[in-house]
Amino acid sequence: MSIKTEKSTPTPGFDPVRRKFLSAVAAAAGVALAPGVMLYGITKSNSAAARVSGSAVSSNVRWGMLIDLNRCDSGCDDCVTACSKENGLQGHGRPATDAQWIRKVDVTNPQTGASQSLPMMCQHCADPPCVDVCPTGASFKRADGIVLVNKHTCIGCRYCMMACPYKARSFIHESLEDQKPHAPRGKGTVESCTLCVHRVDAGGQPACVEACSDTGGGAMLFGDLKDPDSEISQRVAKYATQQIRADLGLDPGVRYRNL
Amino acid sequence: MTRHRALIGILVIALAGLAVASHAADQQNNTKGVPFPAIAMGQGETCVEDTDFMRRNHMDLLDHQRDETVINGVRTEQHSLKECINCHVVNGPDSVPVTVSSPQHFCRSCHDYAAVSVDCFQCHASRPGVEN
Ligand code: SF4
Ligand code: SF4
Repeated sequence: MSIKTEKSTPTPGFDPVRRKFLSAVAAAAGVALAPGVMLYGITKSNSAAARVSGSAVSSNVRWGMLIDLNRCDSGCDDCVTACSKENGLQGHGRPATDAQWIRKVDVTNPQTGASQSLPMMCQHCADPPCVDVCPTGASFKRADGIVLVNKHTCIGCRYCMMACPYKARSFIHESLEDQKPHAPRGKGTVESCTLCVHRVDAGGQPACVEACSDTGGGAMLFGDLKDPDSEISQRVAKYATQQIRADLGLDPGVRYRNL
Repeated sequence: MTRHRALIGILVIALAGLAVASHAADQQNNTKGVPFPAIAMGQGETCVEDTDFMRRNHMDLLDHQRDETVINGVRTEQHSLKECINCHVVNGPDSVPVTVSSPQHFCRSCHDYAAVSVDCFQCHASRPGVEN
């Protein structure tokens, strides 16, 4: 597992027009933070993240997560358990192919021997390669930044699994029964963390975040990265945070602190 | 003449009543004539649309609603498959809601009859879940 911290210079070659524009705005605003952080710190947005029932999701919101690794214990997997329960993921005793939306990864720095444990799931990239490669448009990003598979159009080609640098997606090999009504899933389609989209749409937060604060270390924070008043925005503006493999320029919505 | 008319009128009404009664019996017993599927009633007073409209168009409503839900995050109940399943629940002999593996399942009873395969339940729950 090789994990690099975010570079301090902007990544070249990725949507340069947008990057340029953003850096220009940030420079004008006089914000001197890491490139990813500038984006959130300066974006104007509507602070009312809660939607009126029946209205479509809006790009005034970008859902994200901040995970403080100083509070994440290597022995704890409450987030993983909560995810399986919430979304009805049951194993078939085949760890190589069983669906996995979130997992705990232990990383060790070979130089110093220091190790850390972190939860890893779909990073809800702003520029997701899983969407780029999908031949049917089934892999898509919602206006509010949540990356999903539309299983109505997924043909199970698994290109997206190959394209995802975070190994976030799983293919369903078995026929399933009695799925959770809010989390339809079935054989022949690919799936990944939905950020508990059914909860988010109802004004809630993901099951893993809830479990982490209830029984885990309280390491996970969920919120709107575009709302300058949200707790997550204030924290990413205040503290140094990292995106995993930020060098790929995918701008993940999941950020880590103390990595 | 008028008396004749009245008599005929009464006869017609009586015959119509008989026909309706025997038709209903047919529907229940499937004993003679064209067989009808045994369709369970929903839980509510009325369906979200007229029954005739639903029989012909439910698939289009569901199709539209699914895109609205998946892509735009609109989770209203009006035409959502989840609410169809919640309302048209059929309990088995053990008074547990049956899944689509039972021929009594609301969707299946009619789809079997019409010989139209339904793919929804390869992914979707076919009975109300224990909500959390
Ligand atoms: S982490 Fe992987 S699955 Fe999730 S949005 Fe990024 S590329 Fe797609
Ligand atoms: S497996 Fe499905 S979502 Fe993934 S690339 Fe293929 S069609 Fe798209």
